[in-house]
Amino acid sequence: MANLVFIPAPDLPPPPGQVGIIRWLKLNFFKDTFSSVLTLLGLYFIFWITGPLLSWFILDAVYAGDSAACNAAEGACWSFIRAQIKLFLFGLFPRDLLWRPILAAALLAITFALTATRIIPVLAMVLCWTALVLISYWLFAGGFGLQSVPTTKWGGLMLTLMLSVIGIVTSIPLGILLALGRRSKIGLISFLSVVFIESIRGIPLVTILFMATILLPLFMAQGADLSTVFRVQIGIILFSTAYIAEVVRGGLQGIDSGQQEAADALGLSGWKSTALIILPQALANVLSPLIGRCIALLKDTALVIVVGLLDFLGIAKAAAQSALWLGFEAEAFIFCAAIYWVLCFGLSRYGRSLEQIGAAK
Amino acid sequence: MQLLEKIKFLNHRSLLRGRVYSFVIQFLFMALVVWAVYALMISTQANLEARGVDSGFDFLDQRAGFPISVSLIEYTPDDSYGRAFLVGALNTIYTAIICIILATIIGVMMGVAQVSGNMLVAKLAEIYVEIMRNIPVLLTLLFIYGVVLARLPGVRNAIELFPGGYLSQRGIYFPQPVPLSGFGFVIASLIAAIILSIFFQRWARKKQRATGYDSPVIRVNLALLIGLPTVAYLIAGQPLDWDVPTLQGFNFQGGLTLKPEFVALVVGLSLYRGAFIAENVRAGIMAVSKGQIEAAHALGLEPGKVISRVTLPQALRVIIPATTNDYASLVKDSSLAIAIGFADIVSVGGTMIGQNGQALEVIAIWMAVYLTINLIVSVAMNAANRKYQIVER
Repeated sequence: MANLVFIPAPDLPPPPGQVGIIRWLKLNFFKDTFSSVLTLLGLYFIFWITGPLLSWFILDAVYAGDSAACNAAEGACWSFIRAQIKLFLFGLFPRDLLWRPILAAALLAITFALTATRIIPVLAMVLCWTALVLISYWLFAGGFGLQSVPTTKWGGLMLTLMLSVIGIVTSIPLGILLALGRRSKIGLISFLSVVFIESIRGIPLVTILFMATILLPLFMAQGADLSTVFRVQIGIILFSTAYIAEVVRGGLQGIDSGQQEAADALGLSGWKSTALIILPQALANVLSPLIGRCIALLKDTALVIVVGLLDFLGIAKAAAQSALWLGFEAEAFIFCAAIYWVLCFGLSRYGRSLEQIGAAK
Repeated sequence: MQLLEKIKFLNHRSLLRGRVYSFVIQFLFMALVVWAVYALMISTQANLEARGVDSGFDFLDQRAGFPISVSLIEYTPDDSYGRAFLVGALNTIYTAIICIILATIIGVMMGVAQVSGNMLVAKLAEIYVEIMRNIPVLLTLLFIYGVVLARLPGVRNAIELFPGGYLSQRGIYFPQPVPLSGFGFVIASLIAAIILSIFFQRWARKKQRATGYDSPVIRVNLALLIGLPTVAYLIAGQPLDWDVPTLQGFNFQGGLTLKPEFVALVVGLSLYRGAFIAENVRAGIMAVSKGQIEAAHALGLEPGKVISRVTLPQALRVIIPATTNDYASLVKDSSLAIAIGFADIVSVGGTMIGQNGQALEVIAIWMAVYLTINLIVSVAMNAANRKYQIVER
């Protein structure tokens, strides 16, 4: 008997439709008739939209030249943005003092970088942001050795960032207090907190801005006056505080009651257990929704144009109505949208990365 | 024994101290609040007197004197401020309802597209969502109003969408249906169809509980709802006429007109909120575990049933609470109408403050209207939520 050994034939290659790019295409684009139809429609849509967009944005666009050259051209007028860039960024801020908002922006970037990279402890972070607010305010308004600039000259992206950064930096501590107030065992405090939070959350920001600009002067003693920027800033802070309080409350509710009991058992006082045990955990859990509130506030500050402030969007709208560059609304709005988009999208990606860090822990 | 007594005593004392402490704080806080409110009232009173502004709601009966371009009810500048407010409130509610419907349709489509197996469609939907979510809604509104709609052709060169429907700078024009005598018969048949379909659904559910057999509820109800009124319409001799807009002089006459302000508001708000709802829908569908769907297939459910009986009910548990917030935001966002000159309640009130300075009263009315609308939205959505919540057994 010869030794019979089973020698298997080599495997056949998989059928061509089941591997590589063809399988990938089939799975992702042409799974069934409906999917194929959608793919074809999508391709047609892309084909249909790319040509006009490409020529308007890039090919036929005017990059240098005056408004007459722009009017003659078919495409976008980017020279308008170039000519008015200082107006967009700084509003009517005196042109010889532009180093001040630029310095403030640099400080903002550094503070944000310090916060995002987490290389400084929390307490230093709080100090940094407080210092940032005070120094930027000094740089904008002047005084104490700097030439003073009236608030009516503030505008553009600078005003938008100021309203939102001060709004968020101030409303986070206030919102935490309010959230604690809502959970307070002292009935009156919790009742008033609920009334404040729910009435602010129930009405639109536009009405709050109206209230701030019209009612604040009524509430104040006669003779005292605040400029519109400050009134609006107060309105934005009140608005944001109510929403942040709800976010923080969500975090507080997520903390297991065992934590509070353990803190009590260790003999920590009420304030200490809140500040050292409960709040740090609660805030760590809601970092991502807090970033969400920052994004929302940054977008919401665009509404100040309703009460006559020239923020980034307001100045874009006004610039397109100036006599020299009349009618370039599309370019102004698209530039504005691009900047807003970069800021908000960047922040949302940052928030998502925080979420992933939280999930990995 | 002694120790226990001592502990009891100490406990009692600390409890008592806690109560006294709480009482003192409440009292101080109350005093502070009362003092603050009193001080505000005094200075407000003084400020109002100094400016010669009336107070109270008597002004609602006075003549308004300003025109409103879009109104659901009869309104002329000779009507009262109260009626102007009513016009504004109706415009707010009307816009909010239409936007909620449109944003939901957009949101569901885009959310489903994002989780569909088709990568191209998913990417396109994702691009839409990311663009819309990260740009202020006011900017979107102004862009649609000031750039897109303003660049449409003038009335004379209006784009004809379909026979009788035109698109121009001054708005969108539709033929308006005019019911003739006998149209009541068609409406009556529609109501009858609705009642019949409700009864059929109940009967089908009862039968399914008793025997396990399913009835084609959706198909039968659709046939009822469409078929019955159509038959009635034909029997009654087609009692419907169309008032078609025609170009006369400088504008279209007749038909229905949607003003550009309204179109911009509705389109802008719906596109913006639709992106948020799309995210909710996507998150809801992703939250349904794969095993659920595989188990449903393994049980032999048809693909349609897998979606309607397994995926959807579980996804809705995530979608509804998040979307409730979005609807509430949408209602509030409709106040952006003021930026493009659509007469909603905020912009009507703003005009009034400009005329008579009675800001306190106007703001009180705003708050009352918005809080009421949002209360209604949350009650309705909570009812929907209860239906899909996990029932603990």
